[in-house]
Amino acid sequence: MRVMAQMAMVMNLDKCIGCHTCSVTCKQAWTNRAGVEYVWFNNVETRPGQGYPRTYQDQGRWKGGWTVKRGKLRLRSGGRMKRLAQIFSNPNLPTMDDYYEPWTYEYDMLLSSPLGEHTPVARPKSLISGKNMKIEWSANWDDDLAGGPELAPKDPVLVKIRDQVGDRVKMEFEQAFMFYLPRICEHCLNPACVASCPSGAMYKRSEDGIVLVDQDQCRGWRMCVSGCPYKKVYFNHRTGKAEKCTMCYPRIEVGMPTVCSETCVGRLRYIGLFLYDADKVTAAAAVEDERDLLEAQLDLLLDPEDPQVQEAARRDGIPEDWLSAAVRSPVYKLAKVYRVALPLHPEYRTMPMVWYVPPLSPVVDALRDTGNDAEDAGNLFGALDALRIPIEYLAELFTAGDIGPVRSSLQKLAAMRSYMRDVNLGRETRPDIPAAVGMDEESLYEMYRLLAIAKYEDRYVIPKAHTETARELEELACAVDYAGGAGHVSGPFGEVSGRPVPVAVETFHALKERQTTEVIIPVEAVRVNLRNWDGLGGGDE
Amino acid sequence: MSAKDILLWVVLPYVTIAVFVTGTLWRYRYDKFGWTTRSSQLYERRLIRIASPIFHIGILAVVVGHVIGLLIPESWTDAARVSEDMYHLMAVGIGLVAGACTLFGVVMLIYRRRTTGPVFAATTRNDKTMYVFLVAAICLGLLTTLIGSGIVGDGYNYRETVSPWFRSIFLLNPQPELMAESLPSFQIHAVAGMLLFIAWPFTRLVHAFSAPLGYVFRPYVVYRDRGPHDSGSRPSRRGWERVG
Repeated sequence: MRVMAQMAMVMNLDKCIGCHTCSVTCKQAWTNRAGVEYVWFNNVETRPGQGYPRTYQDQGRWKGGWTVKRGKLRLRSGGRMKRLAQIFSNPNLPTMDDYYEPWTYEYDMLLSSPLGEHTPVARPKSLISGKNMKIEWSANWDDDLAGGPELAPKDPVLVKIRDQVGDRVKMEFEQAFMFYLPRICEHCLNPACVASCPSGAMYKRSEDGIVLVDQDQCRGWRMCVSGCPYKKVYFNHRTGKAEKCTMCYPRIEVGMPTVCSETCVGRLRYIGLFLYDADKVTAAAAVEDERDLLEAQLDLLLDPEDPQVQEAARRDGIPEDWLSAAVRSPVYKLAKVYRVALPLHPEYRTMPMVWYVPPLSPVVDALRDTGNDAEDAGNLFGALDALRIPIEYLAELFTAGDIGPVRSSLQKLAAMRSYMRDVNLGRETRPDIPAAVGMDEESLYEMYRLLAIAKYEDRYVIPKAHTETARELEELACAVDYAGGAGHVSGPFGEVSGRPVPVAVETFHALKERQTTEVIIPVEAVRVNLRNWDGLGGGDE
Repeated sequence: MSAKDILLWVVLPYVTIAVFVTGTLWRYRYDKFGWTTRSSQLYERRLIRIASPIFHIGILAVVVGHVIGLLIPESWTDAARVSEDMYHLMAVGIGLVAGACTLFGVVMLIYRRRTTGPVFAATTRNDKTMYVFLVAAICLGLLTTLIGSGIVGDGYNYRETVSPWFRSIFLLNPQPELMAESLPSFQIHAVAGMLLFIAWPFTRLVHAFSAPLGYVFRPYVVYRDRGPHDSGSRPSRRGWERVG
């Protein structure tokens, strides 16, 4: 047994209202730069829907993740030799159109147009070609089932289950169902992107399992982009390097939650530690039947209260405060103790570490609309199978199509609602409700506390990185004596060479320069970008 | 022997080697972040799917051809009882195919670069200069193949002049007179080649050194420690030491 710690996240989909605050704040923090305009480390997609990039879940086409061939785990896009042979042009790489062509608007026209008969308009301008463009797609074009009957049926998950579900998935209004799926990098235990990288530039941090790209070692082969089945590694087309969600490691290292979690208005995200057995990861990812993957993944997670595990963890160099954080970990409770959180697409065999509590609300709403008591445990249990949120759909997302664990998770959530209603109304509680889903009153109540009213320090149990083991906290060190002004380092090899300036430093100096400058920078010379526009002159570029 | 010959066939080669080696080391030391293929596949997929492999495989074959033609002395192939005619037939056959692939590939890539808006927008001045050197070397190289084989002109055995000169440079016993007496087309190709190598370390061509052969041998999943350093990438200044 080799114990390793993994920083992981659980999202409670019942609470997601699809406001995209997580996406926007993440973008402000991390991808508010030229070259990554089209990149959303965090995105929220409406399901059913095509997702971002379009139809990324169709691994028949994109060849992401792993497969098992004759009991051996291999990348779906082929063996090492085949992949090296494809290095000159990656056949599985999405193009910009599969994401979307990023754009801005000619905001300046609104200010500088001469007085005239017609109201001036700000036309959309492509951020790639700089030309006028027609906006035809975006990172959430099919938000809230927009274009439903036309777009949503192309959802790869729907295509897959159409045979078994038939016409139960309806796209007509009033019969449709939908929910939101916020996605970040999964920081997998068996990351296909890392395995795909020919340069060895991608790595998993042994301390907390965060998957990162070494910007100095990346050579732009783009294999990670196609290797990731979730398409959560992106190619910065300006620097020629891969970039991805960093799980906000500079924040995590000092004990703060990620930006997406911090700013989530629904407070639906939980961050904490898993302890897992690193020796068993490959075997777990290689189990023959896709539907055994969830159980195999759960088996990797070790009980942090088990003295044997603790002893092994100490032997493997996990600090004491990390062990106690693992004991208090909300993600361990939701995933393994209560078993209500499920991983996204375990069938990709990457052992993803962002888990989801499936949404019960569409069922409750539908039940209420039919005039039934939507919080009666019996009604809810029955409705789960009969109503319009097809469990099959959720099962394709979270359990490789096995409806058992999804139903069990939803039943627990239903039982929790029903049981808590009695508590809130001051009625006699009914121990038979938790018993029906294999729980006792105490644990059901604890689960309710964790899902419904957990405070900041209960949702985010993040032990700080240890200074004795900490890698340089680059951003802090650079900010102290940064010299040379803001903007782009233009090296001798053109504008894309030279040391990258930490984003925070660049933004800080750019804003400072613009707020203290005496001159108004002529706007026609630069691109106006509202994301960090302060009313003084142009944006970046 | 004129000063021009000394300059072109002794000074220039050593300058090339010096710039190529130190330039590469220097760039690797100071510009790892800029060391990338800077692929444009994200913008355009259709043309690059065909053009890029043709070009790259072609140019790799060309490299192998140069290694054989320049490094292996004629006496060795004679000893192996490969006749002059046979050698040339082989060299020209393979060389022409590889060269034609390379040229076709690079022309297609440049066409794509010019006509696809986003790709052209992402082309730096540095790239454009590099393309001039690269295409010049390729075209002149094809020309020498045609001339050397006798398809154009009388045929020329470069293995008696160009190749020994090339080896003499690396044996630190330069023999410029050999090169001085070879055909002008070979001379121009050699100069174009050297200029390309001088420019090499300062262009995106450096990605050729990153051919990821280690990928075949390494374990799939890479783990890295944060390392044993203190926090911060440099020692704290006095008065700024961390507390706790």
